[in-house]
Amino acid sequence: MKALRKFLDKKKPLFEKGGKFAKLQSTFDAFDTFLFVPDHTSKTGTHIKDAIDLKRTMSVVVMALIPSLLFGMYNIGYQHFLSVGETAPLMDMFVYGLIKVLPIVVVSYVVGLGIEFAFAQMRGHAVNEGFLVSGMLIPLVMPVEAPLWMVAVSTAFAVVIGKEVFGGTGMNIWNPALIARAFFFFAYPSKMSGDSVWIAEKADTFSGATPLADAAALVDATPAQAESLMSGALSQTWDMFIGLIPGSIGETSTLAILIGAVILIATGIGSWRIMLSVFVGGYAMGAIFNLIGANPYMELIPAWQHLIMGGFAFGAVFMATDPVSATQTTRGKYIYGFLIGFLAVLIRVMNAGFPEAMMLAILFMNTFAPLIDHYVVQGNVKRRLKRVKVKA
Amino acid sequence: MSEVKKIKKGLDIKLIGKAEKVLEKADRSETYAIKPTDFPGLTPKLKVKVDAEVKAGSPLFFDKYSPEVNFASPVSGKVIAVNRGERRKILEVVVQADAEIQYEEFKKADPNGLSREEVKEELLKSGLWAFIRQRPYDVIAKPEDAPKAIFVSAFDSAPLAADVDFLLEGEAEAFQAGIDALAKLTDGKVHLNINPNLNQAKMFSEVKNATVNKFAGVHPAGNVGVQIHHIDPINKGEVAWVVRPQEVVFIGRLFQKGIYDVSRKVALCGSEVKTPCYFETITGASVRNILKGKLKDDEKIRVVSGNVLTGKHIPEDGFIGMYDSQITVIPEGDKFEFLGWAMPGLSKFSMSKSFFSWLTPNKEYRLDANLNGEHRAYVVSGEYEKVLPMDVLPVHLIKSILVEDIDQMEQLGIYEVAPEDFALCEFVCTSKIDVQDIVRQGIDLMIKEMS
Repeated sequence: MKALRKFLDKKKPLFEKGGKFAKLQSTFDAFDTFLFVPDHTSKTGTHIKDAIDLKRTMSVVVMALIPSLLFGMYNIGYQHFLSVGETAPLMDMFVYGLIKVLPIVVVSYVVGLGIEFAFAQMRGHAVNEGFLVSGMLIPLVMPVEAPLWMVAVSTAFAVVIGKEVFGGTGMNIWNPALIARAFFFFAYPSKMSGDSVWIAEKADTFSGATPLADAAALVDATPAQAESLMSGALSQTWDMFIGLIPGSIGETSTLAILIGAVILIATGIGSWRIMLSVFVGGYAMGAIFNLIGANPYMELIPAWQHLIMGGFAFGAVFMATDPVSATQTTRGKYIYGFLIGFLAVLIRVMNAGFPEAMMLAILFMNTFAPLIDHYVVQGNVKRRLKRVKVKA
Repeated sequence: MSEVKKIKKGLDIKLIGKAEKVLEKADRSETYAIKPTDFPGLTPKLKVKVDAEVKAGSPLFFDKYSPEVNFASPVSGKVIAVNRGERRKILEVVVQADAEIQYEEFKKADPNGLSREEVKEELLKSGLWAFIRQRPYDVIAKPEDAPKAIFVSAFDSAPLAADVDFLLEGEAEAFQAGIDALAKLTDGKVHLNINPNLNQAKMFSEVKNATVNKFAGVHPAGNVGVQIHHIDPINKGEVAWVVRPQEVVFIGRLFQKGIYDVSRKVALCGSEVKTPCYFETITGASVRNILKGKLKDDEKIRVVSGNVLTGKHIPEDGFIGMYDSQITVIPEGDKFEFLGWAMPGLSKFSMSKSFFSWLTPNKEYRLDANLNGEHRAYVVSGEYEKVLPMDVLPVHLIKSILVEDIDQMEQLGIYEVAPEDFALCEFVCTSKIDVQDIVRQGIDLMIKEMS
C-alpha cells in the first residue's frame, strides 16, 4: 500500500491549483480519500474523533440494501421462469436476474456519480458520499423492464433537480431516489404501471399483476369478483412476505428488507423511530379502513397486509429514514413517520390511480418535515419561556 | 436534594493511560506562564515589563474592560518574555522562577467573619478572581454581578480525568475555607455536586455552607453546565458562577495563609505516557520537566493541556493551562489509512455500532488526533441528542449561531450552554463539524450584542 500512497502523493500536485489537471481536482480527491482516509488531524476543539464518517455511514446503508438487491435478482429470475412456465435451478434464476438488474445499477451509478463529480468540480467542493446510497436505491425501486435510457434520465433529473440545485447532499429537501422514481412514474407512466413491466420477458398469457394492483381492483369489484381476487395472489401472504411476487426490483421481499432494517437499527445508522412509526401509522389507517368497510378493499384487506404489499416496507426502512429529507428532531420523527404510513395507506385505498402511494406519501411528508420540526422547536422555546414565568 | 440525578445521555470514552493514584516527583519546572488565551473574551493589559521582578501573587496583567480583575504570577522570579502572536496579541507572559518562592502578603482571615465586599476585594487583589467563572458565556465572572448561585462540580467525568478526591487529598480545611468564602459571594446557594458512585471524601459529602447534590451516569455528568441545567437552569438575565474544586482550595489557602498559592497536583495521562501518574506542580508550569523521560517515543505525539475533548494542544515545552489539572498525551495520527473507512475496525471507537469494536464494550482505546474522515455538511440527524443531556436542541442552536440569529439563539438556550457541554457532540459528529468553535463564536456574538 505504501507504493500506492507514494504514487498518489507524487501525482497530487498535478491536480492542485496551478497543476496540469487542476480541473479534475475533486475527482482526484474523491478517489484519493476513497482509497486512503486522509491524514487530517483536528486543529481545534476535540482532539479525538469518533471513527465514523460519511463513507462508513453510507457503506453501512448500502450493505443493508444488499439482501434486498440479491433477493430482487433471484425474484426476477423466479418470476420470469414462472411466467413462461419453465422450471429452472435456483442458480439459473439468480443469474437471469443478475443479467437483468446489473445494467440498471451500473447506469444509475455512472450517470449519478458523473453528475455529482461534475458539480463538485464546478463548485470546488469535495465529492459527497450521499449518492452511494441513492445510486443503489434508484435501481431497487425501478421495474425490471425499465428501459435503461429512462433510468438514466430519471437519475439525472433526481441528482440535478432533486439535489444539486439545493447545494448537494445535506441540503436537499426531498429524497433524491424517490425523485427519480416520481419522475419516472409521471414521465413514462406506461413503463411503471400495468401488468407487463414487473416481470422480465413475461409470457403474454401470464397475469403479471402485482398484489397491489389486485387490491386496487377490489374497490369497484362485485362480490363475486372480490372473491376471485381475494383467492388469487392476495391470498398468498407468505409469498408477499418473502417476496415471491411481481414488483419493483428490490421492494418485494419484506423479509430481505427487515434484514436490512436490523442492520440499520443495530448499527445505529437508521432511525428506528421513523421505521416503527411508519409501520404503526400504516397499520392504524388500515385498521380504520377495516372498521369503515365501505368497499371490498377496505373490508377484505386486513390492516397488516398493507405493510407487506408493494413498496410500503421498503419505503419505511430505506426511504423515509433518509436523515436529510426527514424530520431532525426526536419528537418530529415519530410524527413524520406516523403520517407517512397513515397517508400511504390512505392514498392507496382512496385513490385507485396511485396504487403505489408510498412514494407520494414520503415525498409529501419530506415537504412538511421542516414544518413539523418548526413546531417541535417552538415547543422547546416555549418550555424555556415558561420556566422564566414560573419563577417570576 | 439527596436523590441521585442519573445522566443517561452521553458517552464514556475509555482510553488507555489512566493515571495511577501515585504522586511522583518530577524536576521542578523553571519557567511558568500565564496565557491570556486561556480566558475567552479577555483583552489583557500588561502591568509588568520584561525583566521585572515579581512575587507569587503580583499582577502580571489585567482585564482592560474590568481593570480590577488581575492575573497574578504563580511564582516569584523574573518576567523573561512576553510572547506575542498575530497583531501583537499577547499569547504568554513567562516568568522564570526563583529557587524559593516569595509570596505577596494578603490578609489572613476567617472568611466566615468577613463581609461580601471584603472577600471580593481580597480575591480581586490577589488575582484569584480569575478562577471564578460565570454562566452564561463561560467567561470570568464580573465582580459587580450578583450570582443566583455558585456551582462546584466535585468530580470530573471526562476521558482520563484526574480523580478529584486524589487531587484534593489533605486539603480538606482549605477546601472548606474556600467554600466559606464563596458562600459570602452569593445570596443564593453554593451547590457542591458529587457522584455517589465514586465514594467521595467527607470534605465533599459533609461540607458546610453548601448544598450537596448527587449526579451519576456517563460523561458529561461531571460537567458543571449540565449539573446547573438539572438543578437550577439559567434563564435570560440570570448569572451563576462556577469554580473548580482545586481552585476552591486556592481560595481557601488565600484566607488561611494570606498568600497566592496555586500549587496543584496534575495527572499525566494518555496512551503515550510510560507510567501515567500524578505530579505536584504549580499552575502555569512548563511541562518540559514533567514530560522528560516519561513518554514512549514511538511516533509523533500531541500534548494536550486538559482532557482530549476540551483541552488545548500545547508544544512539548509549553505550559499547563490555568484551569487544567491533567496533561494528556496521545498520538498525533497524521497518517493515511488504506481503506480505513471500510475496515472492520476492532480498534476503532465509535458511538455507532458500525465498527465491530462494539463487541468489546470494556476495551480501552488508543485514539489519535486524526479526524477519521473529512468535513461535510450535516447529513446524519439525531446524533448530538444522544450525548447532550440537556433540554436543548443542539443542531438547531448550532444553525442559529451559524446564521447569527440572536433572537433564535436566545430562544434555543445559548445562555445555558458552554462549548465544553458540546464537546461530545463534536466528538460523535459524522460530518466532523467544529461544534465547540461554533458555540464559542455564538457566545462571543452574544457578548458583543448584549453589552
